[in-house]
Parts: sequence; C-alpha cells; structure tokens
Amino acid sequence: MTVQNMTEKKLIVIGGGPAGLAAAVAACDAGVPAEDILILERDREVGGILNQCIHAGFGLHRFGEELSGPEYAGRYIDMARERGIPMATDCMVLSLTDDRHVSYVSPATGFVRAHAEAIVLAMGCRERTRGALSTPGTRPAGVYTAGCAQRYVNMEGYMPGRRVVILGSGDIGLIMARRMTLEGAKVLTVCEIMPYSGGLARNIVQCLNDFDIPLQLSHTVIRIHGKERVTGVTIAAVDEANGRRPIPGTEQYIECDTLLLSCGLIPENELTRGAGIQMDRVTSGASVNQMRETSAPGIYACGNALHVHDLVDYVSEEAEIAGRAAADRILGRTAPAEAVVPVVTGYGVRYSVPQRIEIGAEPAPVRLFFRVGNPYKKVRLLVTDEAGNVLARRAKNAVAPGEMESMELSAEALRGLRARGAKEIRLFLEETAKQEDRK
Amino acid sequence: MNTVKKLTCVVCPAGCSIEATQSESGEILSVVGNTCPRGKAYAISELTHPVRTLTTTVTVTGAAESRLPVKTDRPIPRETLFEAMRIAEAFAVEAPVARGAVLIPDFIEAGTNLVACKTIEAL
Repeated sequence: MTVQNMTEKKLIVIGGGPAGLAAAVAACDAGVPAEDILILERDREVGGILNQCIHAGFGLHRFGEELSGPEYAGRYIDMARERGIPMATDCMVLSLTDDRHVSYVSPATGFVRAHAEAIVLAMGCRERTRGALSTPGTRPAGVYTAGCAQRYVNMEGYMPGRRVVILGSGDIGLIMARRMTLEGAKVLTVCEIMPYSGGLARNIVQCLNDFDIPLQLSHTVIRIHGKERVTGVTIAAVDEANGRRPIPGTEQYIECDTLLLSCGLIPENELTRGAGIQMDRVTSGASVNQMRETSAPGIYACGNALHVHDLVDYVSEEAEIAGRAAADRILGRTAPAEAVVPVVTGYGVRYSVPQRIEIGAEPAPVRLFFRVGNPYKKVRLLVTDEAGNVLARRAKNAVAPGEMESMELSAEALRGLRARGAKEIRLFLEETAKQEDRK
Repeated sequence: MNTVKKLTCVVCPAGCSIEATQSESGEILSVVGNTCPRGKAYAISELTHPVRTLTTTVTVTGAAESRLPVKTDRPIPRETLFEAMRIAEAFAVEAPVARGAVLIPDFIEAGTNLVACKTIEAL
C-alpha cells in the first residue's frame, strides 16, 4: 500500500448521489473552479439511490416534468460532467475530522489523505434492518430490506422471491409491492404497525389498490419461520393503547418465501459523528444553520444524510444551499452573524431543519423544513418568537408525518428578531389542531 | 344498476375519500367527498379511463450493467400493464444506449414509445 502526500482541494463532496451532485454543481456555478472540487462516491457509478429507483415521479418541482430516478440522476450527472467536476467512484471515505481532513481508499488511488477548505456531507441514508427491528424467529434467507430487493430487481436483474409479505408501508415498500407484482411475484399483504401509512397517498393508490394488495394497518410481523429459507411469517394486530403490543388471539400465519422490510430510513452519519459534529437526536443528522453548516466551520450537510426527505427535488434544493454556502466560504464572501437564534419545535412538530438561524446585517429569507408527529386535519402552522410575536403563519387542510412541510421566514421577520434580541424561534401547530380520527 | 365506487384522491396530501356513482353504461352520475374541483376530475379519469406510466427494465448486453431502466413516454391504459411487461421482458438491447432513445415505437398504443431512462456505455 502506498501512502500519498496530502491532496489539497477547495471543496470535497462526500457522496455522489443527488445531494452531492447538486451541491458540487451549485458550488461550481457560484464560482469555485471545477478542478478544485472533488466528489467521492462509494459505488461503481454516481447517481446514488436514484439509479435503482426506476419508477416515475421525480422532478415535478425541479424540472416541471415527471422523470424516473435514473433520468433525474442523469440530468445532474450531465451537469457535473459539462462543468468538468472530478468524480471519483469506488472511493470509500474512512475518516473525517472537524478541521476538514479526509482519508479515503479506492482501488485506483490506494489510501489518500486529503484536506479541503470546505466539505459537503452528502452520504444519504440507510434502511432500518431486521436486527434493528428485533423481529423474533429463525434467521433464514429471504428477509431483505425493501431497498436491497429493489437493487436486486432493478439493477442486478435477480428476483428475491415469489410469495412476498411486506412489513412497513413506507414509500419504498409500496413501490416494491408494485414492482414485485409486475415482475410476477404475489404480494400477499403489507403490514403497518402504525394506524396510518407513512407512504404517499399516491403510492397507496397506484402501488397497492391498483393490484388489490391489502394494507393491514396496526399490524406487525411477530415471528419469522423457516430454516434455510423463509417458509412463512406470523402477523398480528397490535394494541395502539398498550404500547403497540401484539393482541393475543389475532395471530395469523402467512405462507411466504420472502419478507421485505420498509420500516424507516436513518441518515448515515458515522463520519459526521467521528468528526465530533453536533447531532440532532430526532433527525439523526447533523444540527445545522440555514446555510446547512454544521457545528464544524466549513463542513456542510445536506440531503438524506441531514434528514430524510420525501422528494428528491427538495434534496437538490437543499444541496444547492449547502453548495453555494461552501462556495461563499471558499471565496471569502461569508457575512458575519450578528445573532444566532435556535429553532425550537412545539406542539405537533417533531423536528425542524435548520436547527438554528444566523442573522447577519442583511438577512435573506429562510425556509424551515419540518415534519409533524401525527396526521392532523385543518391546522394552522405557526412560527413565533418566545414573546409570541408571529413570524409566519399558514393554514393547511391536512398534514401528515409522511409529507415534509415548510414555512418561510421573511427577511423582515428576521430583522425584527435581531432588533428585539429574540432568544428562540418557536415552530408549532395551533393547539386547536385535532388529530385526525383514526379509523 | 348504478354502482358506487370508493376512491382515495391522490391530487394533494389531503387524500380525500371520494364516492362516485356510475351508471351501468359507465356514465358518472355524481361525485361526492371531494373538496376541490381537481378531485372531481381525478375521480372521473380514474373511473372512465385510468392510465399509468409503466417503468421497468429490459436486458442490456455488452455493458457493465445487466439491466437498462425504461419507461413509457406517455401513460398507458392501466389494464395493459401486464401485457406491456411481457413485451418488455422479451426485449433486449445492445449497449451503447443513450438516455431518451426510443427502444420500441408505438408501444401498446400508437404514438406511445418505450424509451431508455439511462445512458449505458459499451464495455
């Protein structure tokens, strides 16, 4: 193994998925020379998870048309190529420090130490596995995360099984229910432990209802059967009022050879934690300001590594914020903050990104992205300071945990906060909000 | 006899439950439960002529990849999805392929094409 000298770059982007590509393109367009940028990608090609998301529905906001995942990725790959931004594939980043030293390995380069004036973290997220769910039973082959099965089917050309049960009604699980059905498998049921689905309504209609696949809410898999290969699963209804424990007497055995898990995504942040960067316990991503800068100066985070998004369009938008901010730092255009105000979530709101807003001499409007904790109908979203001064307010017919919401704070509102010396920005639902009746 | 069909609207996150009454001849007699005009239009389209964009993969040879993602460039009638899958499954293309290239013209319906979703280079 050869240890090379330190590589010095202006900007290193970790991850060549939609977030990393958009951040690099935005930084380049904001004035950072392409050759001073380096995208490090672990996979054999850039494009990230979009390469296996062959279904349509991407890009309605960004490009005004409905693209498949590979097409959306392809457009950003073209933009990066046109600008001549170097993209190193087969590169595994091993470590990151808070003063922006990176080490990585690849078959082409061996072990490399690099340093940059700015770093954008765009590592994406991972799926919750069977181990993380602690589902009892034997340990046979045939238990996959939905995304793993998606890669097998859509990229490698393998069918993971023929008779399928899906646990979890997240969007990837719903998409895979349709995909497996079209490819000739029988999807027997989709079990969701919560009383509502975390997936988009459109996916429930077009992936389940179109193919008469049942969705069993408040149900979970309580046992996996089989020695070499899955032979079946036992499902049961859960008691919402009693910690979602299985209700005795409701057990039902389903003969199947495959169990797909679509039980949530977790931002991938081993590198972030390794650098000692401050994390948000709810998002499992870094805690950032509105430029998506973490607690480590010059290190930015965006995309699903920061918080899990529903739409790639919003990933691109967020990554562009991070990329432009990285460029501003590199080119010495960063304005000093005159006030730093934390964003605190209240009634009905699980988290907010950014977690703090830095207000300079000439503040630009800031959009807060957030998720609610439960479905609500006819709600009013409110942003105030600690004294109750309203900064933004909006009525919505319906909100749900599966759909990210956003609220914009105007430049005027931010100037007001600074002038009043506000201590907190509070984001919450008006308490008259009624939780949606559970069916 | 008239039949009542239940639908979940997918136009916006509200996901209204819509009930539409359809006559024996297929005519939509009433739409209730929608809270906006777009919901009514959705219900009528779903009950009279539901269409879907098909996305799947076809075999690609002479490349590092083994599957090429493809899609119909227009939605096709929902009831033709499995027929479309059978045609796509029997189809193979040799690399290189450019994103947007028409692989099968007049696919399922005249004027609809099966197109490549990814640029794949030859080995």
